[in-house]
Formats: sequence, structure tokens, C-alpha cells
Amino acid sequence: MGNEAQTPDAAASVDFQEVQQTGQFQELRKRHRSFVFPMAIAFLLWYFAYVLLADYAVGFMSTKLWGNINVGLVLGLLQFVSTFGITAWYVHYSNRRLDPIAAEIRNEIEGHEFDKGSAVRGAAK
Amino acid sequence: MSAMVPMVNVAALKDTTLLNMGIFALFVLVTMVIVFRASRNNKTAADYYAAGRSFTGSQNGTAIAGDYLSAASFLGITGAIAVNGYDGFLYSIGFLVAWLVALLLVAELLRNTGKFTMADVLSFRLRQRPVRIAAALSTLAVCFFYLLAQMAGAGSLISLLLGISDWGGQALVIVVVGALMIMYVLIGGMKGTTWVQIIKAVLLICGAAVMTLWVLSIYGFNLSNLLGAAADTAKNPNVLNPGLQYGKTETSKLDFLSLGMALVLGTAALPHVLMRFYTVPTAKEARKSVVWSIWLIGLFYLFTLVLGYGAAALVGADTIKSAPGGVNSAAPLLAFHLGGPLLLGFISAVAFATILAVVAGLTITAAASFAHDIYANVISKGKADAGTEVKVARRTVVVIGVLAILGGIFANGQNVAFLVALAFAVAASANLPTIVYSLFWKKFTTQGATWSMYGGLSAAIILIALSPVVSGAKTSMIQGANFAVFPLSNPGIVSIPLAFLLGWLGTVLDKRREDTAKQAEMEVRSLTGVGAEKSVNH
Repeated sequence: MGNEAQTPDAAASVDFQEVQQTGQFQELRKRHRSFVFPMAIAFLLWYFAYVLLADYAVGFMSTKLWGNINVGLVLGLLQFVSTFGITAWYVHYSNRRLDPIAAEIRNEIEGHEFDKGSAVRGAAK
Repeated sequence: MSAMVPMVNVAALKDTTLLNMGIFALFVLVTMVIVFRASRNNKTAADYYAAGRSFTGSQNGTAIAGDYLSAASFLGITGAIAVNGYDGFLYSIGFLVAWLVALLLVAELLRNTGKFTMADVLSFRLRQRPVRIAAALSTLAVCFFYLLAQMAGAGSLISLLLGISDWGGQALVIVVVGALMIMYVLIGGMKGTTWVQIIKAVLLICGAAVMTLWVLSIYGFNLSNLLGAAADTAKNPNVLNPGLQYGKTETSKLDFLSLGMALVLGTAALPHVLMRFYTVPTAKEARKSVVWSIWLIGLFYLFTLVLGYGAAALVGADTIKSAPGGVNSAAPLLAFHLGGPLLLGFISAVAFATILAVVAGLTITAAASFAHDIYANVISKGKADAGTEVKVARRTVVVIGVLAILGGIFANGQNVAFLVALAFAVAASANLPTIVYSLFWKKFTTQGATWSMYGGLSAAIILIALSPVVSGAKTSMIQGANFAVFPLSNPGIVSIPLAFLLGWLGTVLDKRREDTAKQAEMEVRSLTGVGAEKSVNH
């Protein structure tokens, strides 16, 4: 009856393909991928742009901005800023947009709504 | 006051040997007590490998920082900035940005689908035996490279800090470090190892913070003044610009690009980092761990920027290079200049603790991989009980410990940051493509996984063997021979794309189809956390 005794093996009776086809799960996957893929591409492009500049545009990177602070140092520190920023953004996004829907699906599965052979929800096992 | 003398008297360092040893002995004593207390609950495999999955996100995040900020980061990067200026800073940026790969693409999904090792995830929906063997072999290879780097670092560090300069004395200290590490891991398992890493991370970050504030206060908290002083001492304004180390030739520029690629793609594929995500109860805590570690690691690398230029300004690159321990001695020499023997003693003890903690983390990862993947799942085909598996793991710990000691004695004197960069290249080539494909590409097959893992692993290792690292240059491991047909010292730029390509090619050419039900199960589990391993309650 209760869910306390849930063990990893309890998931063995679940029809995961059925879960995978539900609109709710499709939505979760879409939300996850539409955030992490563009973000991963963006930060990798920004990182490699920085590496290429440091490698092949030494003159530009050595341009002094104020005092002894040059473009290279500022861009390097901006890599730190963007890393911290993306981290905070992702946490905010997943707390709001991913975790609630993931918890909902998990509760339904653990409530045996997707067990194999139970075409009717709540049918006796 | 002698502290005002700009040059550090290296000979005076020997007088502090006893103090260094005292502080280090205190660290060992305190951590041993904690490890003994933590080990009381080590009963099951989940306890031994994954600390009962009972650590919180912030604790695990701190331990990850402790694991990641190895001697290479602390001594290597500070030294690289002190000697090569801006080019040293580029290492820390790669090491930090890499965490976004772990955060966005790997950490939570891995926590939700695996149990103890990387192979658990990779073999989830593919054929168990071939994928597990490949994943275990690449885990062992990466751990071996990383271990070698740490043990080699221990040797060169000791020559400076304890004033032991003869080969036999250094070998003895490597044996002591190795033996201590074996004890931690045997007794404490993952729980003990994690606590050692947490304590060490706190000490390291606090020590670096104090030194950073100290250096900044000398220059009126003005970064520009500090940079100016560094350029003055070096008598070369180019220490503030990129290119001093990697800008010399077209080959060295390409080498830098290759290094940058290995650094940013390697972190999320390091087996000992991946294994840490299993020590927390949920995927949400795994996310918290990464966030916590990104902040700590980022902060620490900002400190190393100040420390590196501080050492360049206050100690001077020439003094650093001629000191025993060479480039790696920048941070300890700076500590001596600032706070005299006491601060040097503290920083030295932290550096030792660093090596000890990282080596312990690597050893338990390698042992878990051998016992869980090769012994339990391949040799005894899943029929071994958890008790026997843990017994095998403990025996493996001793074997790996002895190998690490021997390797460390043999590799003593090699460049530390550099060996670590090679470990990153091997991890990025052998593991990352398969991790990404198996988490995100529905059609990925067993053949794709084995082609990518074996292809990436062997490409990386063969290219290293044929590179100037091994032969044909003044700094090569093998002197008097030249078979360096590959010009770059980091293989990443060739081996990483090759491994991605092989993963794709192996999959499209595979006539066998994988189980779609397993794929559905993995995808649903990875995103929702259903059926994920729970924490052990004692």
C-alpha cells in the first residue's frame, strides 16, 4: 500500500515505454534539453573563442584598459563570471521548471500508475 | 626584519623541516581519528563505495573541491602563473569552465541511473560485459595517470619542504605517503576518504584566502599595482600577456588549443569525480554538490591568480626556478616570504594533505571499478555477494597502493600539472563521448560504445607515447631516444574528436539493435529519479 518500501527493484514492474510516451514526460525532456543543449553550446563557443584569442590574438589581448589591467585579464575574469552566472541560472531554471514535473511523474510511477498489465489505472495487481 | 628582505633565503627553509613534519603529523592524527569514527558504519557495498549515500550536497561539494584541487592545481597553477605569467592563468579557466559540462549534462542524470561506478551508467541499456570491461579499463587507465601525477608531485614537493634531497630519502617519503593512504581507504572507505577531502578542502581554501588577502594588502588591494610589481620583478611586461609559454611557435599554439580542449572536456569524465555523485541521496543533492564545488573551485582559482603574480612579484621567477622543487615551489616560497616558518609549515602540511586526499579518492575509485565492474559483474557474472565484492575491493586497494608507490618513485621529478593534463586528455577521449551518447542519443549501440572507448583510449595513449613528452626533447621521460612523430604534447585535439567519430560510426554500422525498453527505462529514470538508489539509514 504505502510507498515507504520502494526499492530500486520496485521499478522493475513499471512499463517505462508507456511513461516515455506520455505528454508529461515528453514535456520534461523538452524542457531539460531546450535548456542544457543551447547553454552547453553557448559556453563552449565562448570558452573556445577565449582560448583562440589568447592563442592567436596576443596583441589584442595585451591591450591595456586601465593601469596594468589588459583585455586578456578582463576576458579571463569574465569566464569566471559567466560560469557562476550559468550555474545560478540553471539552478533557478531546474527548481522552477524541471523539479516539480519530475516529482509528479515519479510519484505517479511509484503509485503504480504505469505498472505492466494495468491498462486500467488503479486496477488490482 | 628579515621578512622585508625581498629575496627568500632558500637555505633557511631547512630549519623549518621539524615544524613542517609536526604540523603534518597533527593533520594525519586528526584525520585518522575521524576516519576511525566514520568507519564504524561501513557494512555494505553502498557504505564502502558510496558512503551510504548519506552526505549532503554542500558536504559532497566541498569534498569534490578537495578532490579536484589537487597538488597540480595549488602548486602547479600558482607556479605556472609565477613563472609563465598569463599562460598559467589559462589552466585555471579551463579547469573551472569544465564544471559546466558536469553540471548541465552529466551529474544528475548519472546519479539517477548508476549505483557505484561510471560503468553502471554506460552499460545500463547496452550489453553488460563488453561495455563494462571497456569502461573499467578506461577508469583504471585514467586513475593510473592521475595517481602517477600525484605521487610524482609528492616526491618533488618533499625535496623542498622537508629538505630531503637524496633519491632514497624521497622514495622513503613516497612509501610513507602511500602507506598512509592505503590505511585511510582500507579503514574508512568512501566515508573516511570524503571526510579527509572535506577537511583538506577547508584548510586549503582558508590558507589560500589568508595568503591572498596578505598579498593584496601589500599592494593596497589594487590588482593593477600587484600586476605592475610582478612585471617589474620579472623585468618583462609580457608576463601580463598571453603567449609567454605557448606563443613561441605554431606547434605550441596548437598544443595549447589541444590542452584547452582536454581540460574543458575532461573533468566531467574523470571517474573519481563521477563516483563522488553517488555519495549523496538524490539527484537534487548531486546538483547542489556541483554548484557548491563550482563556487569553491572558482574562488580558489581567483586566489591562485593573486598568489601566482604575488610570488612573481615578491619571490621572483628566477628564485622559484632555482629552488628545489622548481616551479612547484612558488606557493610554499611565497608563504615563507609572507608568514615565515609557521605559514610555510601550514601550507606545506596542506599540500601534503592534498596529495594524500586526492590519492585516496583515486584509489577507492579504481578499487571500486575493479571489484564492482570486473570482479562482480564480469568474472563472477553477478553472482558474488556484496561482502565478497567489498573484500575484493579492499584487496585491490592494497595492490593499487603498492603500484602507486612504485610508480611514484619511478615518476619522481616529472612535471605535475602536465601529467594531470594528460589524465584529463585520456578521460575526455575514452569516457566523455560514450557518457554523452548513452545519456542523450537513443540509437547509440554497444558497438559504438566499445569503438569509442577503446579507440579514444588507445589513440590518446599511443599519441602520448609518440609525443615529445616521452622522447625527443630536453624534458622527455626517455632521454637519448627520439621516436616523437606526433608533435603535440597533449593528444586531445586529435583523440577527442576521433572518439566522438568512432562512437557515431560504430553505431551506424552496427547491425544489432539495442533494447528499446531499456532505453526508455534509462531515459525516464535519468530525468525523474525513479528507482534511484536511496541513502542507507543506520
